[in-house]
Amino acid sequence: MTGTEDMAGTARDRPEDFLTVRDLRVHFPTDDGLVRAVDGVSFRLQRGRTLGIVGESGSGKSVASLAVMGLHSGGPARISGEIWLDGEELVGASAERVRRLRGAKMAMIFQDPLSAMHPFYTVGAQIIEAYRIHNDVRRSVARAHAIDLLARVGIPEPASRVDDYPHQFSGGMRQRAMIAMALSCDPELLIADEPTTALDVTVQAQILDLIRELQAEFHSAVIIITHDLGVVAELADDVLVMYAGKPVEYGSATDLFDLPQHPYTWGLLGSMPRLDRDRSERLLPIPGTPPSLITVPPGCAFHPRCGHTDAVGTACREKVPELTEVAPEHRIACHLGAAQRERIWRTEIAPKL
Amino acid sequence: MIVFIIRRLVGAVLLLFVVSAVTFSIFFVVPRLAGATAEDLASRYVGKTADEQQVRQMADKLGFHDPLVVQYGRFAKGIVAGADYDYGPAAEHCPAPCFGYSFLTQAPVWPDLLDRLPVTASLAAGASAIWLLAGVATGVISALRRGSIFDRAAMGVALAGVSLPIFFTGLLALGIFSYTLGVTAPGSSYTALAEDPAQWAYDLILPWITIAFLYAAGYARLTSSGMLETMSEDFIRTARAKGLPERTVVLKHGLRATLTPIVTIFGLDVGLLLGGAILTESTFSLNGIGRYAILAIGANDLPKVMGVTMVAAFFIVLANLVVDILYAVVDPRVRLT
Amino acid sequence: MNRGEPAVKTRPAVTATATGAALAILLAACGGGTSTSGNGGGTATAGVAAFNAGVGSVFNPSDAKGGTLRLAHSGDFDSLDPADTYYAYSWNFIRLYGRSLVMFAPAPGAKGSTLVPDLAATLGVPSDNAKTWTYHLRPGVKFEDGTLITAKDVKYAVERSLDKTVFPDGPTYFNDFLDLQGYTSPYKDADPNKLGLKAIETPDDATIVFHLLKPFSGFDYFAQLPATIPVPAAKDTGANYKQHVVSSGPYKFDTNSIGKSFTLVRNDSWDVGTDPNRKALPDRIEVTLNVNADDIDNRLLSGDVDVAIEGTGLQPAAQGRVLGDPSLKKNADSAAIARLWYTSINPDVAPLDNIHCRKAVEYANDKVSYQNAYGGPAGGDIATNMMPPMIPGAQKFDVYPGGADNHGDVPKAKDELKQCGQPNGFSTTMSYRAERPREKAVAEGMQQALARVGIKLTLKGFPQSDYFKLYAGKPAYAKANNLGLMTNGWGADWPDGFGFLQQIVDSRVIRATGGNTNLSVKVPDVDKLLDQALLTTDLVAREQIWSQIDRTVMDNAVVLPGVWAKTLVYRPSNLTNVFVNDGFGMYDYLALGVKK
Repeated sequence: MTGTEDMAGTARDRPEDFLTVRDLRVHFPTDDGLVRAVDGVSFRLQRGRTLGIVGESGSGKSVASLAVMGLHSGGPARISGEIWLDGEELVGASAERVRRLRGAKMAMIFQDPLSAMHPFYTVGAQIIEAYRIHNDVRRSVARAHAIDLLARVGIPEPASRVDDYPHQFSGGMRQRAMIAMALSCDPELLIADEPTTALDVTVQAQILDLIRELQAEFHSAVIIITHDLGVVAELADDVLVMYAGKPVEYGSATDLFDLPQHPYTWGLLGSMPRLDRDRSERLLPIPGTPPSLITVPPGCAFHPRCGHTDAVGTACREKVPELTEVAPEHRIACHLGAAQRERIWRTEIAPKL
Repeated sequence: MIVFIIRRLVGAVLLLFVVSAVTFSIFFVVPRLAGATAEDLASRYVGKTADEQQVRQMADKLGFHDPLVVQYGRFAKGIVAGADYDYGPAAEHCPAPCFGYSFLTQAPVWPDLLDRLPVTASLAAGASAIWLLAGVATGVISALRRGSIFDRAAMGVALAGVSLPIFFTGLLALGIFSYTLGVTAPGSSYTALAEDPAQWAYDLILPWITIAFLYAAGYARLTSSGMLETMSEDFIRTARAKGLPERTVVLKHGLRATLTPIVTIFGLDVGLLLGGAILTESTFSLNGIGRYAILAIGANDLPKVMGVTMVAAFFIVLANLVVDILYAVVDPRVRLT
Repeated sequence: MNRGEPAVKTRPAVTATATGAALAILLAACGGGTSTSGNGGGTATAGVAAFNAGVGSVFNPSDAKGGTLRLAHSGDFDSLDPADTYYAYSWNFIRLYGRSLVMFAPAPGAKGSTLVPDLAATLGVPSDNAKTWTYHLRPGVKFEDGTLITAKDVKYAVERSLDKTVFPDGPTYFNDFLDLQGYTSPYKDADPNKLGLKAIETPDDATIVFHLLKPFSGFDYFAQLPATIPVPAAKDTGANYKQHVVSSGPYKFDTNSIGKSFTLVRNDSWDVGTDPNRKALPDRIEVTLNVNADDIDNRLLSGDVDVAIEGTGLQPAAQGRVLGDPSLKKNADSAAIARLWYTSINPDVAPLDNIHCRKAVEYANDKVSYQNAYGGPAGGDIATNMMPPMIPGAQKFDVYPGGADNHGDVPKAKDELKQCGQPNGFSTTMSYRAERPREKAVAEGMQQALARVGIKLTLKGFPQSDYFKLYAGKPAYAKANNLGLMTNGWGADWPDGFGFLQQIVDSRVIRATGGNTNLSVKVPDVDKLLDQALLTTDLVAREQIWSQIDRTVMDNAVVLPGVWAKTLVYRPSNLTNVFVNDGFGMYDYLALGVKK
């Protein structure tokens, strides 16, 4: 990973990057004002790697991924920035072009498979439809492919279950079917939006395993969107933490978990239950609620909820912090000085985690 | 499924008997309770200057002197087994299902109904097809272009459609298109479908559109609100994420889910219409079930009223059954038991 | 007879004119631009369309044959069976396919209310003090199948009309006046030829003799009833005969779809040499049934239909349009009909049992308000007595003048109240048919008018289907419920004193069981005069008696006359030979032709 300054110019793209997102902004004009759902996000991703995008609800993480999929086009959203997928720019591409990539080169898995699958069509029909839209094959061929896919995602008796309706599947099985549908055209980019949130804990682990296995098998790039740092720890190679539409910390998973730098990341870590710690220790939820995306607080959007603004002075309230590299391949957007962060992390945060 | 249908059909038959009993009561038992004698009832069916003896003879002929149970039994038996009627020179057999002979025209009711059913069915078929297509299409477009000029115009027209009575829009349409412009058939035009399909459609196009205008409005609103809701569903996002063209997303995924409640209402509307489109048939002077009913009610011609009531009830029951079955077809989550 | 408008809600228009009818050449007084020669008839106006051009004269006279005459009906046809029909339009129309012994002359003006022989060679010959009437048939008249019509066919036709269980809707004059001797129906006749009725003799094939129970001077009016149209016994199917009526007139049935439509085409067996009355101009006649009444009007105005067959005039919507547009109005005729809208004053209810209290009501009545309730002058003229002026021999007189402005004579009314012993007025109830806004308006107007003299009215609406059977027409009910005033209406079966008066002034037709039309007239002198009239074969003398009856009823103040009705009828420019026939109070269907 390189820093933002590197990403300002296309000429310096690394050829191995499969997906490059640069200064992506997604704004929605509404009657109440402009909603800046995503406001300047950049990241890059290689085949076989997994990026975790983390944040509370409303942080813009889902909106960003939908923008990559081109699912805002035609709506009221104003999108700017660049999205390069395998050397092809998508923001400026025609909706038709993006549609052809959708489902084929890039696919998405949604949070709640019950509502995300059409209740009136069989699981098989929905997979077949997804396959045939991008592949000119006979129905029987597509059906065999669908059964094969169901088998690969671990659904027993796929030949008969292919004709079942979504409501006849259990939650976990539905998510497997959803994954099968996403994988139907061997996508090179797979975006999983909260893939396990709606599932039982035991099933969650199975699904994460499945995604990991399939990623290895297909050698695809994976973006996993979650509010759950546990999931990220499980899967991600790199992590992007978002707050109020902006990236606040971006680095490798190792760095981020070992030495998180941003107060918000600290908050997320503090509010994450951990099995390897004593239960008697309390969770440390982040105080307050995420801000409205219409009237984002001035300066650092996180400052009303940040416990460390005193150490900085007025900058937190007045100046929007830049995302800057604080260590190799590790960037944060915070006014705290390196020494201050180091001290707070060691003395206040780490001991409690 | 088969068991379900059989059970519902049996229920329908029972319901029809209840309907017949209620109708019978309204015309016979209630007046009796109010103090009317057999002669009072019969006096409606004799001439203007009939004397008491003639009234009594008529009461005898119509069986008004028999106990009510016997009268109802005779009616019910006629439906199941047929009946014989005094016709003057000779008795005439009325084969089952015999809804009796009209008190006023001495014509058997069932052939009358069979004769008028094609008119009403033609009316219902054409009109429902038009309003379903027009209403749903308008609703879909309105939903997809929400707030556009089309949406506002369509919803304005829809409001006019539901607010204006058919006898107004119908007469207006006749006045403009048939009598002024001469592009459509005048009132009371009807040609059997089998005879000349083109003429059939030409004769009925104006009444079709008039009915459709009334109904399409409701369907447009229903479709529009349904589509707005459906198009924000997760599965629509999924469909888009699969890379489906927007047309497919809207028509195959969006509309399919929206149609479920529409199918229900559509079935019932068509069922009701088959029981007689009273206002439309009157306005356009079409001799369908509805016009037959209104004339029969006005004339207190009980056998006709009973016949129409039974036919209308039958269609509503049938429509309910069809809707239930369709519902299961449309929405796999529904089980018929 | 009818009590004005239908028990049948769906044909309100029909019944409005129902049986009665005689066209009022109303406006003889007001002029109206048309000459109505009282007895000459037969004047013709050239083809210049003008309002009332079809009243009293022939508009667009023509002898051109051919074309199709298109008629429309807003309900079911009354009945095509001559034994079972009782509407003026039907009696008018039936002459196209049936020939009765006698008929109303197809002529404009007053001549239309005179009788001329049709199947018979001459009018009836009375004997035995008008208890026996003899007719001789014209030779050579045939049914549509070519067989000669005999007196037996006429006798059979009258016999079958007696069976009121099979033909409940026809008039009962033959039942009431023939010396039946227990005969009920040819369908229950032991005679092998079904000709067992002794009251009618057919000494030979060309002669038919009617024997009456009692003298009846106006029997020719019975002989014009459709019941004397011959019916071949072999073709009689009882109640089903209306589906296949055998023609004796210039047209026969081509198609007949009961309740929907029928068409008539020329009857080749009809010989114009046997028929001096019929022009038979169109080649084909189409009648469409159950057409929306407003739609009929639209089609009349657009020329898609030639005649609204019921002859009851335009609907209110079209009426306003036609009267307001001179280019349409010139194609319209305002026809007065032999119908009176009135209020019965019930002498059974105190204090109306006192004649002075009844007179107080007569004087206090606001005649203009009564007329306004029926739509003002377009709906009819203010009636001052019972018999409509167009009825032969009717005299117009006013026993209770309504003051200078016709809004009522309040001082006179108060004076009558004093004489009645109710100087401060009294309270009573006024009934009306709830479904009829016009009758309700009458009652409301009456309430206001009578309040001026202290008479307080409680208004009470009743369902019209049972108005005469169970409420106003049932004496015990009316008395017990204090129905002092009852709105009413009446149209004559034919324009004649008997046809108009008998059912509404003869106290002996009042039945305790209800169903009466005569709600208040129980005057012995009137009954006596009626009997006298039936014996009087001299027309002029008889007509004087009718008028005398009218005056006697008015003097007793048991009837409060309201409006002599008029209708507005429209003649599309396609029609030729158009005129209003006084006998029916509508266009004469026998005479009409069309431009091809």
